Amino acid sequence: MTHIQLSVFLENKKGRLYDVCSFLGEHKVNIRALTVAESDNFGVLRLLVKDPQRVAGLLKGNSFVVNETEVVALEVNDKPGGLAKVLGAINKHHINVEYMYGFVEPKARKAMMVFRFDDPVAAVKALKADRIKVVSSKELGSI
Amino acid sequence: MSRVVRIHTSSGTTGIPTVIHHTQADLDAWTDLVARSITATGAGKPDIFQNMMTYGMFTGGLGLHYGAERVGMTVIPMGGGNTRRQIQIMKDFGTTVLHITPSYMLHLHAMLAECGVALKDLRLSKAYLGAEPYSEDTRRKIEKLWKIDVYNSYGLSEMNGPGVAFECVHKNGMHVWEDVYGVEVVDPLTGQALEDGRQGEVVFTNLLREATPLLRYRTRDIAAILKGSCPCGRTHRRISRIAGRTDDMLIINGVNVYPSQIESVIMKIPEVGNNYQIFLEKNGALDSLTVKVEISSGMFKGDLAQIDRLKERIRESLRASIIISPRVELHEPGSLPVFEGKAKRVVDERVKI
Repeated sequence: MTHIQLSVFLENKKGRLYDVCSFLGEHKVNIRALTVAESDNFGVLRLLVKDPQRVAGLLKGNSFVVNETEVVALEVNDKPGGLAKVLGAINKHHINVEYMYGFVEPKARKAMMVFRFDDPVAAVKALKADRIKVVSSKELGSI
Repeated sequence: MSRVVRIHTSSGTTGIPTVIHHTQADLDAWTDLVARSITATGAGKPDIFQNMMTYGMFTGGLGLHYGAERVGMTVIPMGGGNTRRQIQIMKDFGTTVLHITPSYMLHLHAMLAECGVALKDLRLSKAYLGAEPYSEDTRRKIEKLWKIDVYNSYGLSEMNGPGVAFECVHKNGMHVWEDVYGVEVVDPLTGQALEDGRQGEVVFTNLLREATPLLRYRTRDIAAILKGSCPCGRTHRRISRIAGRTDDMLIINGVNVYPSQIESVIMKIPEVGNNYQIFLEKNGALDSLTVKVEISSGMFKGDLAQIDRLKERIRESLRASIIISPRVELHEPGSLPVFEGKAKRVVDERVKI
């Protein structure tokens, strides 16, 4: 129930983000979710895409520095307190969140949050027991 | 002048190129020394030799070329540049020995994957590296990346070119061919000769040359004559690798720093990739040093904190070695300028006084 997120190391240089996105576009890769973390002269672009191993191979073949990171996608009610409920469960199980970012799933009227936990497999187990909806690869692919 | 059959110039490391004239006897003697150097590394007739040094006025290309032919190697006279074609030729002809600069050797490795060529597609076993100073760690790094033996080559146009001093199979210092080159190491300030083992400026006298004889020529290269004998049995004394040049010393906020010190620190760090650049500018009255470093693609774990820690580690290691605390910038592999000839890794934008 975990997903492979692609993390791309990008130096902070004009046009570098465009380079990755246009490369993905040329290869007909649709970006499901995305966020950028930045430091002074570089950033890390985090992406969820369909068939991540293939896309990672494509990027590496074109000299991008790519890492495959295991993340968990959770469904969150798109209303006040929705995220708090999920975080409450995470907190209760003493699961450590390294970072998270959101995206919207238009069909289901639900919000999706991508989480990077220090132990993704244990996190999935605990959250499922707490009836937090963990998004499967199949569901993610259908979005 | 009627007996002069060829003219070479120095690569102009100090600015103005020096012109060197050669008679046929000069060229023959030079070729013999290069042939001797190649033989000392264990290479010979069965080898396929791809020469990636620039041909022309620069002595690196033609010097090794004729020496390799004299040994009987099959010579591929590629010259510098055109990386994709170089890799293709290495694969197609089964090149076993390269002559190349260390920075280009690292770049070539980074380009292998892009060209769809794996090490197992190649038959490379040796590389002769010269034309620019590099550290022992850079040698080890290149040997590990390519799974080959790297031999250090030394020469300067004023003393013909490559083949002045060369490493033998033991790879522990370069034998100076003392039957042709008288070697001394002197204190660069006083000119006083230093005893073996002490580092200073290397001075050569060419004992054979007809057209451009040079006596006690000061190379500005910093090295030491190594003490003791070499297990290979050759009695020609060895010099250490070149630590730098008397004229490439940087004075940063009053502290003397050689670019080679910076290289030897960063190349010890496994997460560091193949290229780096030293950047100096004025920040008000003070000098500011930025070391730009390419990361190796395998080290990235997708984590920003890891990268920040790496940067801090590089900064700390540099501070411990050169006293100055530089700014460290991390770059993507292949993003810093690549040099096909001699690398120019120092960019000094401070106003010269």
